[in-house]
Amino acid sequence: MSNDRYTRPQPIIVSIILALMLAIAPIPTWAEPFRPDWVTLTLIYWTMNLPRNYGIGWAWIIGLILDVAQGTLLGQHALALSLVIYLTVTFHLQMRQFPPLQLSVTVCALLGLYQFILFWINGVAGVNTPAVTYWGPVLIGSLLWPLMTFLFGGVRYRAQNRR
Amino acid sequence: MAPAKADRQHRSPYSPALGLRFLLLAGLSILLLVTDHGNNHLDAVRKTIGATVYPLRVVVDAPVSLWRWIGDTTSSRNELQLENSRLNAERLLTQARLQRYAALEAENTRLRAMLEATASVRDRVRVAKIMSVSSNPFRHVLVVDKGTRDGVFDGQALIDADGVVGQIIEAGVLSSQGILISDPDHALPVEVNRNGLRTIAVGTGEFDRLVLPFLPNNADIREGDLLVTSGLGGAFPAGYPVAIVDSVVRIPQEPFAAVSAQPSAALNQVREIMLIWSVVNERSDEVAEQESPEAVATEKSADE
Repeated sequence: MSNDRYTRPQPIIVSIILALMLAIAPIPTWAEPFRPDWVTLTLIYWTMNLPRNYGIGWAWIIGLILDVAQGTLLGQHALALSLVIYLTVTFHLQMRQFPPLQLSVTVCALLGLYQFILFWINGVAGVNTPAVTYWGPVLIGSLLWPLMTFLFGGVRYRAQNRR
Repeated sequence: MAPAKADRQHRSPYSPALGLRFLLLAGLSILLLVTDHGNNHLDAVRKTIGATVYPLRVVVDAPVSLWRWIGDTTSSRNELQLENSRLNAERLLTQARLQRYAALEAENTRLRAMLEATASVRDRVRVAKIMSVSSNPFRHVLVVDKGTRDGVFDGQALIDADGVVGQIIEAGVLSSQGILISDPDHALPVEVNRNGLRTIAVGTGEFDRLVLPFLPNNADIREGDLLVTSGLGGAFPAGYPVAIVDSVVRIPQEPFAAVSAQPSAALNQVREIMLIWSVVNERSDEVAEQESPEAVATEKSADE
């Protein structure tokens, strides 16, 4: 596999910044429950393919930025993201071998876990929100996953070949 | 550079001690969560990270600003004339109302002086632009483009042209976060304008509905009553419209009536809001009323 080749960091950093911008971009109120977890999806992709360069520390710091950007408790997104990325690093070799459908299901499970942790911390902290609203991002996110692998596949190919 | 690159490529993703690193970060997150919950010891951290997010917000907001700018610059002469005449008419109306207001204000100050209480009628107001609204449907938080550099402070009241919008929960250097009155965690001391009945309006997570859960069944409240801020609690200056009661259901078995109200401000449509600085702090006002007249007199002169 070409995964172990040197990859320029700029495209990856740009993609993470873009994901952060999509996460805070203003959208109509009715669409809010369906906003996918852009940052989580992007980080899962890069961690799965380049686990040496982009791991758990990055995920934690980006999680903190998300916490501040979305006004949640400090550490909430950081904890959820670092758990998801920990699992992704642990199973990255298996995940690379999965057929596309199975990989989408795995990503769906990871996104579900991510939302569950957010929900759980909200519950403990006393921020009451109905559980139904947490399903939108999970479903939309796993539907978007094939598109993202296609897009980022191109980005990765260029980042690794143009040195 | 080269050895570092080679080193990075031959590093195993699992080392050094991936599980340990995860546990460390998870522990750190939980520590942060516990510290952050219920107090603001971590304000400095939040503000530092918030400053790094600010450029992102500006970029994200740019297309919307550009679109508005294009709309403003390309609107036709006809439209402008229409808008101009409408605004002129509106200005005349408000000025007429303002004349009465001036007289009322003078009367109010005179009456308050007679009661030996400090006057707190006039507030300083500044317009701010909303940069983004929270992406979480059950946390109604917005970001405005004014920060501590412009004198914004935690707890400051936010209003729009029609009524109270919310308050600042976190004043950053260049931008601040505010919470809307419709947030389920937000409660606001209000009174019924008709009879001065005091109660608390709590957000529901819906933009067009507040509830008043603490009114007994025999409370004197009806549909159409205007709720205004009572000024108790010190966060909001008194007398700003908050909501209009739109349903009162009294169930005989229940101790409390089910009252809901519709916010006067268009909470999910505002682009510009106003920050209020009370010239006389409401809390010191209340304290002053309990103290002796001499103390009030000195406080008054200190304010002037």
